[in-house]
This record gives sequence, structure tokens and C-alpha cells, in this order.
Amino acid sequence: MNSTRRSLLRLAGSAGTLAVAGMAGLLRSAATWAATWNKAGFESKAVAEVLKSLGATDAAESKDIAITAPDIAENGAVVPVAVTSRIPNTQQISIVAEKNPFPLAATFEMAGGGEGYVSTRLKMGQTSDVWAVVKAGGRYYVAKKEVKITVGGCG
Amino acid sequence: MSDPMKIRATLQGDVADVRILMLHPMETGQRRDGKGQIVPLHFIQSVVVTHNGKTVLDAQWSQAVSRNPFLGLRVKGAKAGDKISVTWTDNKGDKRTDEAAVSAS
Repeated sequence: MNSTRRSLLRLAGSAGTLAVAGMAGLLRSAATWAATWNKAGFESKAVAEVLKSLGATDAAESKDIAITAPDIAENGAVVPVAVTSRIPNTQQISIVAEKNPFPLAATFEMAGGGEGYVSTRLKMGQTSDVWAVVKAGGRYYVAKKEVKITVGGCG
Repeated sequence: MSDPMKIRATLQGDVADVRILMLHPMETGQRRDGKGQIVPLHFIQSVVVTHNGKTVLDAQWSQAVSRNPFLGLRVKGAKAGDKISVTWTDNKGDKRTDEAAVSAS
């Protein structure tokens, strides 16, 4: 009887160690992932703060960036936006909806064979400029396009 | 468990045109449900696209991306039969990976 009690205790003990090890692993992966997600940028409420978080405060306007988005979007919940950058060595494209509660919508980093092109669909609360911020060869460039929203899509 | 993505990759010259449709609610944390309760934030934060195991696009998203997100990209130097793999991770730690082969147009 005594021996069963001993083995039970041992089992419980080892299960405890395993659980702790598992927790540590989880915490570690969460930390590394948080380092890559631009928390400051995504929680900014103004375009100027977003640019700062990207390090793009001195971005120059460029005609080599094309934003493909409708002039008038009836449904703000689904606004198709595509950005094409013809600037050589495009490394990163960010899409910013100026008057959204949190303007920075997405950042895309290209590597290897990834071309300077992305297409996605955004939610927009109201009529505003959509900015494309492009990083190429260590410098930043921007382009803007106004999209009129008939029914906001943030609610 | 989350639903599978739809991935289509078609070759145009030596560039693969990749279109991905993910199924995800993408809650903004501002919407209220029928009982007037705020629906908590739930959105995809990171999307990684690889071509034959090499990362070609690493995206960080906010809740401003639409429900059931669409993502389009182009991959240079692709050949028919190449593997395109997509992994997303949301703010609750949920993950999903799906794979497709590049098809000749």
C-alpha cells in the first residue's frame, strides 16, 4: 500500500516538472513573436506616430508607387487595396488608412523572390487618404490616394 | 480549429501570381454583439509566405484587414510544381499552415 502511494507521488512530481517546462516554452515563443510585431506602430492613433514607429519620418513622395484602390468604396468593411512599387530593391510596404482609429493596417516585408507588390482588403471607418509607405535600399518613400467611403466598416 | 485557406498560384512567365484567401473573423474589438457586449479583439497578426521553404513575404497585420482576409503577391523565379506555403498566427496564438503547388497557366 505504501509503495503505491510513493509511485503516485513520483508521477505527480514528474507531471509538475513537465507542465513547468511547457509553460516556459510557451512564454519564450510569445516573447520572440512580440519582438517582430510592430506594437507601437499598430497602436498609434496618428499617421505621424506610425511614420515614427517605422522610422520613415523623412519619407519622400514617389511617383514610382502605385496604389490601386477604388475612388469610391460603398462598403468600408471591404476595401480592396493593392500597392505596386517600381522602386528597385523594395524591402517593405506598409499600408496606412489615415482616418482609421488605428491608422497602420499592415506591413509587408519582402525577401528572396518576393516582388514589390501586395494586394489585400482593408476595413476603413470613413473617407480618407490611404498611404503606401515603401522602404527600398534603406530609404523611405510614400504615396497617397483618397478613397471615399459610403458606409464605414469599423463598427 | 480554423478552416483551411484557399491558395492559388499560377505562373506568368517566371513570376508566380499567388492569391490566398484565409478564413478568419478579424474582430476589431469595437463591434458589439446582439446583447451589446463588445466582441473582443481577434485578428491575424502575422502571415509568412514561403517559396520552396524560403521566406518571400513576412506580413504583420492589424485588425484593419477585412474579415476572411485576401492576400495577393508575386514571386519571381518560380517554376511549375514549386511549393508555396502560407502560415498565419492570430493574437490568440492560433496558427494554421497550408500549402499549394505553382501551376502553369
